[in-house]
Amino acid sequence: MAKIIMGIESSCDETGVGLVAAHDDGTVELLADEVASSVEQHARFGGVVPEIASRAHLEAMVPTTHRAFDAAGLSMSDVDAVAVTAGPGLAGALLVGVSAAKAYAAALDVPLYGVNHLAGHIAVDTLQHGPLPTPCLALLVSGGHTQLLRVDDIAGAITEIGSTVDDAAGEAYDKVARLLDLPYPGGPPIDKAARDGDPQAIAFPRGMTGPRDAKFDFSFSGLKTAVARWVEGAQGRGEEVPVADVAASFQEAVADVLTAKAVRAATEAGVGTLVVSGGVAANSRLSTLARERCAEAGIELRIPRPRLCTDNGAMIAALGAHVAAAGHKPSSLDLSANPGLPVDTVLV
Amino acid sequence: MLILALDTATPAVTAGIVRLSGPAAADVTASDVTEPVAEQVAARVTVDPRAHGELLTPHVLDAVADAGITLADVGAVVVGTGPGPYTGLRAGLVTGAALAHSLGVPAYPVCTLDAIAAGPEGAALVVTDARRREVYWATYDAAGARTGGPHVGPRDEVPEPVGRLADHEQPTPVGIVRAAALDVLAGREPGPLTPLYLRRPHAAEPATRKRVTA
Ligand SMILES: [Zn+2]
Repeated sequence: MAKIIMGIESSCDETGVGLVAAHDDGTVELLADEVASSVEQHARFGGVVPEIASRAHLEAMVPTTHRAFDAAGLSMSDVDAVAVTAGPGLAGALLVGVSAAKAYAAALDVPLYGVNHLAGHIAVDTLQHGPLPTPCLALLVSGGHTQLLRVDDIAGAITEIGSTVDDAAGEAYDKVARLLDLPYPGGPPIDKAARDGDPQAIAFPRGMTGPRDAKFDFSFSGLKTAVARWVEGAQGRGEEVPVADVAASFQEAVADVLTAKAVRAATEAGVGTLVVSGGVAANSRLSTLARERCAEAGIELRIPRPRLCTDNGAMIAALGAHVAAAGHKPSSLDLSANPGLPVDTVLV
Repeated sequence: MLILALDTATPAVTAGIVRLSGPAAADVTASDVTEPVAEQVAARVTVDPRAHGELLTPHVLDAVADAGITLADVGAVVVGTGPGPYTGLRAGLVTGAALAHSLGVPAYPVCTLDAIAAGPEGAALVVTDARRREVYWATYDAAGARTGGPHVGPRDEVPEPVGRLADHEQPTPVGIVRAAALDVLAGREPGPLTPLYLRRPHAAEPATRKRVTA
């Protein structure tokens, strides 16, 4: 009998509720994936405002849960376990999801699994591409995180190989979008503008690629400043800023560093699979370059479809399904959200 | 009817089971009917403003166990909507909403200051901590009706108390249920479980971007 796992996500600005079926053969099937986003409420602030996000989560939590059960054609009594993002993320935002999950688990008298958001971004791939070959490497890129992870067991053994030392990749997109008068969040409009531009037009720096830099860490702060200098220089000379070329050249620099380091890490570790996930994974240049470089290096590349890459409840349900199937002990009902939950803690 | 009462608007994490009885739904429109009776069956309270999220659901389960019932015996949930300065206020509201949703029972919002006032008879001034050197306050007449507030502001803006002064008290489960008793007994459609924030979120629109070149 398949087990039905409900997943709740509220670490940033998306309220997500997902339902999956965990089958006996280890496959996990997506049944519902409902998301309510407060992104538009944050747009004029140029970034996520924690209090606004928390307020929106509270409003959206129960209605989103309703929609998920309607979409799956299930009733609440069908649920066998509840999984929830325990961290990392915004404290007030996490609190809403964790509190809701505890109440649902208590009322339905089923186990609760407080799980790691970052591991959820990797686990979500099993909904689309089936069981994950391990070990594998995962590159997580979004507005909140930029990390290179080694996965030996999705339900328990994840180690960080590298991460950003300053901005997340998605943050750099937001800041460059602002420079170019493009809307927030910056990923999609830059990707679109870059299509008509020349990625070789401007040689923006590749951060953290010097011989003495940490091999698998990232830095996007210098790149962002370089783009600002370049744009201000053009403006200072009274020239029109070639938005498409700037966008394409910036995007090239980001995708180049991300994919080069990820493929190098996989090759050096002798790992045959790379998963690229998180909101920025939907970026067209990143996925194209990752595909080319993985093919050259003989590495299998797995990128979940864009809808699964951004924050959602299905990824948490999927991770909950793997954790439950591995027989791990459920979380206690006095579970607390942990905004700084380390990536190697898959289950709290 | 057994009611689950929750509040996380003060430093206390409050969960209780209250037995509510009173005039049948048809009678409550008349003003001279018998008062509803709310009696505490079990309660769990911990004063710790940082533990709302952690302790509320365990407190609910413990109160239910102490009452010798199961959650399925609960006929309605009543939740304090603040005002309250803690991020934990939302823990109480989403817990109440999710419990009510999964149990298939209504969840009624009550102003936490009303719940504190809904005790002994007579006029009252209720004051609670709003942090940032401010307080929340509301005034009540002899019949228990709110006559002012809820407000947020510095302590020196609070009027002199007329009648009882409830200064930095926390609501009891019985007070929480009393504040919603007529709606619960009448089976009225509950309003939305929206916190009484009283303050706007702290957020500033970005200023003109700073240049990186001089
Ligand atoms: Zn994420």
